[in-house]
Amino acid sequence: MPDTAGSVAVQQTMRPISLYRRAVDRLMTAAAFATVLLVLAPLIAIFGYLLYKGVESVNWAFLTQIPKPEGEAGGGMANGIVGSMIILSVASLIGVPFGVGAGIYLAEFGRNRLGSAIRFTADVLNGVPSIVTGIVAYAILVRRSGFSALAGGVALAIMMVPTITRTTEEMLLLVPQALREAAYGLGVSRWRTTLSITLRTATSGIITGIMLAFARVAGETAPLLFTALGNEFWSGRLPWDSHWHSQPWTLGLNQPTAALPLQIYKYATSPYDDLHRQAWAGALVLIILIVTAVSAVRYAVRRGSFGAA
Amino acid sequence: MQGPQPVEATKVTGGPPVRATPLLRTASGEIPDRIFKAAMTACGLAVLGVLFLIIYELVNPSALSWHKFGFKFFMDSGWDPVNQQFGALPFIYGTLVSSLVALIIAVPLSIGVAVFTTEMCPKVLRGPLSFFVELLAAIPSVIYGLWAIFVLVPLLSKYVQPFLSTTLGWTGLFTGPPYGIGMLAAGIILAIMIVPIISSITREVLMVVPQNQREGVLALGATRWEMIRVGVLRNARAGILGGIILGLGRALGETMAVTMVIGNNPQIVKSLFAPGYTMASVLANEFSEATGDMYVSALIEIGLALFLVTIIVNALAQVLVWTVTRGQPARGNA
Repeated sequence: MPDTAGSVAVQQTMRPISLYRRAVDRLMTAAAFATVLLVLAPLIAIFGYLLYKGVESVNWAFLTQIPKPEGEAGGGMANGIVGSMIILSVASLIGVPFGVGAGIYLAEFGRNRLGSAIRFTADVLNGVPSIVTGIVAYAILVRRSGFSALAGGVALAIMMVPTITRTTEEMLLLVPQALREAAYGLGVSRWRTTLSITLRTATSGIITGIMLAFARVAGETAPLLFTALGNEFWSGRLPWDSHWHSQPWTLGLNQPTAALPLQIYKYATSPYDDLHRQAWAGALVLIILIVTAVSAVRYAVRRGSFGAA
Repeated sequence: MQGPQPVEATKVTGGPPVRATPLLRTASGEIPDRIFKAAMTACGLAVLGVLFLIIYELVNPSALSWHKFGFKFFMDSGWDPVNQQFGALPFIYGTLVSSLVALIIAVPLSIGVAVFTTEMCPKVLRGPLSFFVELLAAIPSVIYGLWAIFVLVPLLSKYVQPFLSTTLGWTGLFTGPPYGIGMLAAGIILAIMIVPIISSITREVLMVVPQNQREGVLALGATRWEMIRVGVLRNARAGILGGIILGLGRALGETMAVTMVIGNNPQIVKSLFAPGYTMASVLANEFSEATGDMYVSALIEIGLALFLVTIIVNALAQVLVWTVTRGQPARGNA
């Protein structure tokens, strides 16, 4: 066959790859593999340490008690766990509607100059250092009404919006144009099409974006430093306490509020061994909370009525 | 279809009027459509509004410090709040040096990881490997700091720093007592934090390099490494640079982990073993305790400078990544 004859001819004229070039090739492959190991090493070290130290330190008291006075052993971070949940709820309640709304605008109405400006702004906001967001929330809210869970929530909401906006836009653009046209063809109005057809089809992807944003802000400490501030006690009035004092119970949204990341920071930089132990426990609880929240929502979405994707 | 159809048909026409489904009831909705568009536009404008709010809230209060010190603020190395003396140079120096150390460590690692996952490793391993590397991005900064204080810093002071000071001490970069805490620790922890960013962008960019570039170079008789160097990395230069700059942007603004290990001492010292201070850390440590208008104003001016630098850096990175991926937003997944 002419084909084999040709390739034989080529092989005869081709010089073999020199030993040096082959050695460089091997060396670079080995080097690339080594970088993978070097990068995975800290990952394993961090998770390993977190599990080892955290599991050892988490106990019932840690989960149910509030911090003991300085220097005293024992106590826990119950107020920080609840505080984090409150702050994150506030952040999600503000950030998700705005983020999804802006995403809908970009995908459905945003093929113009304003759309490009918003798109660019969202990308820019994504890179703003979290500490700067904290300063802004301080200037807007704290200077007027004091440190509060609300201010912390607003700071985190500002950080959530750009991520949610961009993923929502991307997911909506993935929905086939034919689906929209089919709805219009049936005489369905535009807003109804967007909400019931487009948005619903893209729900699963949008939720993923929201959880991405949530996971990102859940561990944020810097923007909470001078907004939520932290608190050694419960910021609201507990149901059983309020019963005791016959006063209504409150969430304490307008009070300085403890948050897990803030407690971890404070304890890690303190001089007491028992607080170091609690910092590790707090870190483990924080990671578990984030993972649980993210997987619970994703599971609910997959199981729920909007299993579109 | 089953059953006698004609009977069904008469039943429908003779029955009560067909109830329109909710979808159709609002079919002729000119006004709701307008309201909907207005509401969504408002959400979009809110994004713009937040940016303007940030700029306003940073520019307005920092005016006081700007009028008093002017541009000298960024050139002066004295930071003494008690005597109303404010110079931001030590913080700028700390931010730049710690980020630079982070880049020097992280860039080769990230490119190595990206090249390995896209070009070298078996297809089965690709997904899990990039997943694990990106898991690094999901760890909160404060947990990095915690780990750095109790694991990395002791490791540095016991083994790494003595070794560095005996072998490379003559450079002047690795001298002084090996406390562990300091610029080097901050740089290393930053490096670990930005590796996932740089490597995921690099991977993204490498994957859009056309397959025929690889085949072409291989057909010329290149080894695999030569193919990667000539056919892939050279084509993806701009995008990789974009990823590196994006990582830089993250490193410049990173607060907690750095604050926990850099030592928080406003000084300019050549040795990387010495403690330093960064722009983000000084905000974290001193902002809530700052008393007096000038002190607050000076801190906010540092915040403004940090904001402007990260914005410029990020915009530059965005443009570079766009030139390679042609407008497709850079995303982390394969």
